[in-house]
Amino acid sequence: MSVSFRSRAGRPARTARPGAGETEAGLAEPSGGDGGPVISLRGASVRVGGRLLWSGVDLDIGGGEFTAVLGPNGVGKSTLLKVLLGTVAPAAGEVRVLGRAPGRAGDRVGYLPQRRSFDPALRLRGSDVVRLGWDGDRWGVPLPGTAGGRAARRRIAEVIDLVGAGAYADRPIGQCSGGEQQRLLIAQALVRRPRLLLLDEPLDSLDLPNQAAVAALVGRICREEGVTVVMVAHDVNPILSRLDRVVYLAEGGAVAGSPAEVVTTETLTRLYRTPVEVLRTSDGRLVVVGQPEAPARHTDRHADRHTDTDRHHDIERRTDVDRHVDPGTGHRPDTDRNADTDQYPDPRGELS
Amino acid sequence: MTALSTLADTTPAWSWNLLDDLREMWSYPFMVNAFRAGTVVAVVAGVMGWFMVLRRQSFAGHTLAVVGFPGASGAVLVGVSAVYGYFAFCIAAALVIAAVPRAGRDGGVQESALTGTVQAFLLACGYLFTALYKGLLGGTTSLLFGSFLGITGGQVWVLVAVAAAVLALLAAIGRPLLFASVDPDVAAARGVPLRALSTAFLVLLGAAAAATSQITGTLLVFALLVMPAATAQSLTARPARGLALSVLLAVAATWLGLTVAYYSPYPIGFWVTTFAFGGYVLARAAATAAGRTATRSASRSATRAGGAV
Repeated sequence: MSVSFRSRAGRPARTARPGAGETEAGLAEPSGGDGGPVISLRGASVRVGGRLLWSGVDLDIGGGEFTAVLGPNGVGKSTLLKVLLGTVAPAAGEVRVLGRAPGRAGDRVGYLPQRRSFDPALRLRGSDVVRLGWDGDRWGVPLPGTAGGRAARRRIAEVIDLVGAGAYADRPIGQCSGGEQQRLLIAQALVRRPRLLLLDEPLDSLDLPNQAAVAALVGRICREEGVTVVMVAHDVNPILSRLDRVVYLAEGGAVAGSPAEVVTTETLTRLYRTPVEVLRTSDGRLVVVGQPEAPARHTDRHADRHTDTDRHHDIERRTDVDRHVDPGTGHRPDTDRNADTDQYPDPRGELS
Repeated sequence: MTALSTLADTTPAWSWNLLDDLREMWSYPFMVNAFRAGTVVAVVAGVMGWFMVLRRQSFAGHTLAVVGFPGASGAVLVGVSAVYGYFAFCIAAALVIAAVPRAGRDGGVQESALTGTVQAFLLACGYLFTALYKGLLGGTTSLLFGSFLGITGGQVWVLVAVAAAVLALLAAIGRPLLFASVDPDVAAARGVPLRALSTAFLVLLGAAAAATSQITGTLLVFALLVMPAATAQSLTARPARGLALSVLLAVAATWLGLTVAYYSPYPIGFWVTTFAFGGYVLARAAATAAGRTATRSASRSATRAGGAV
């Protein structure tokens, strides 16, 4: 069922950047860092709506690592984050987050869900949304003028400063641009000084300068604040140079390793079942290129409407649906959905 | 209707001496009770309305108010005070609406379909109850469009108790409710119970709508529940200020409405609604004028570059 292997590189050396030679990252070194991995999965599997998304996944992510979760649409990348949050229970296996059961680590985990954009008519300031991340889950009314209130204001100002959102934090959040909203939401996820940050496609629907800026911001938070970052990503390129580890979800399991190990033409082509090329630029950076070039979805202002069709196409591209027979029903979940998309083959490369 | 027209026949004269006018108006116990009840109702409606507008649940709020009509007419039909009918029906309807899960993208659609169904059926029931009462239910118009006559001291105390309970509960759940309303995914990940909060909010909204109905009538509840809140939100994006402003506007509309209704031959529901509406129009106009420049600069910074690697 699974093609996963256990990567025990607890904390690969930070110099293990792709391009710095085929590095030592990924070599066996017992999970290290500060007393055990931040995230640990053992034989974990997950089932959503009766469909087995992935199974037999073993994974260790060490403290302070920047990890990307990649893979075709619909393989359960977001679900992996929800399992780590404790909002989706694993069907089997053991999951530990910060040494405890998922959902028990409380405010030490910051979360940024997928593609949230606020209603333009929402009349609430960005700083209020950040504030909700600080104490929005507490009951009762905050008393004005207390030490707690001052501490909250100080921390919120600090975190807004950290993400560089000072100029628009007092505007109604619905009137902020996508990149501005994303920065404020990262501030919201960071406000309680989490040790683990779970980000679900934070670069999606951002333009190129904003993608680069938000990726740099997340990389800086990871490096300077020592926060472990797990980012689900659709497009690996903006973050590739900052990654310590890559987790590919595909074929019902997971492949984990350093970017140099996993982000190769052979591995990606095998996992995506479509030609994918990994190129090296003149300054040594890796670039992942799908076949053929120029996907339409990033130029489309209403990209979210295409998500479902994209998912159909991705599933269609995977020819090994037999591997996903639901043991309960003997049903092949993917084949039904393919029927109506057969005449629309999608030539776009997923990774590009 | 008869009561209103009786009053209309003897409309007191407005003397332009504000103090004398107020003294004259408040020399009647029913006017004092009307101001007391109206103030209590306006405070509750202003606060609940702010959350309702933020949560985009105005339709549910309207329905909860409208079902007060069959509640009140049914209560009168069986011979108990209309107050109990209002609260019983409004809170029961809140529980029915809350029974539909709001999760998912289609949750709102499902909710409004069910809400509309409940509303239409219960409105029809209210019509049946008034018909069964064989036309002696003289207050149909005031049930629908509001009245400030005949509010007893006992009713005021019922309203005070309900208001205190609603506001206390709302204060307890206010922050998680705001979180759940604005950012449900993150709130759920933080362990905020979305479903329980949504139900609790609807029940509180039912109670607030029932209370408001008694001043504005079931059809004009929006005058106090939506308009001040919407006005406040168009003026400020700060939660604390918005709530305060919403209460202030609701109280102002109620007091103005009561005063003008007392000195004019026209009904209270019309006046309260008119003042609330006037405030809303002015605030929207001001916000549009002020926001034009801000929006222009915001959209400039939000220009999107096409293409990707």
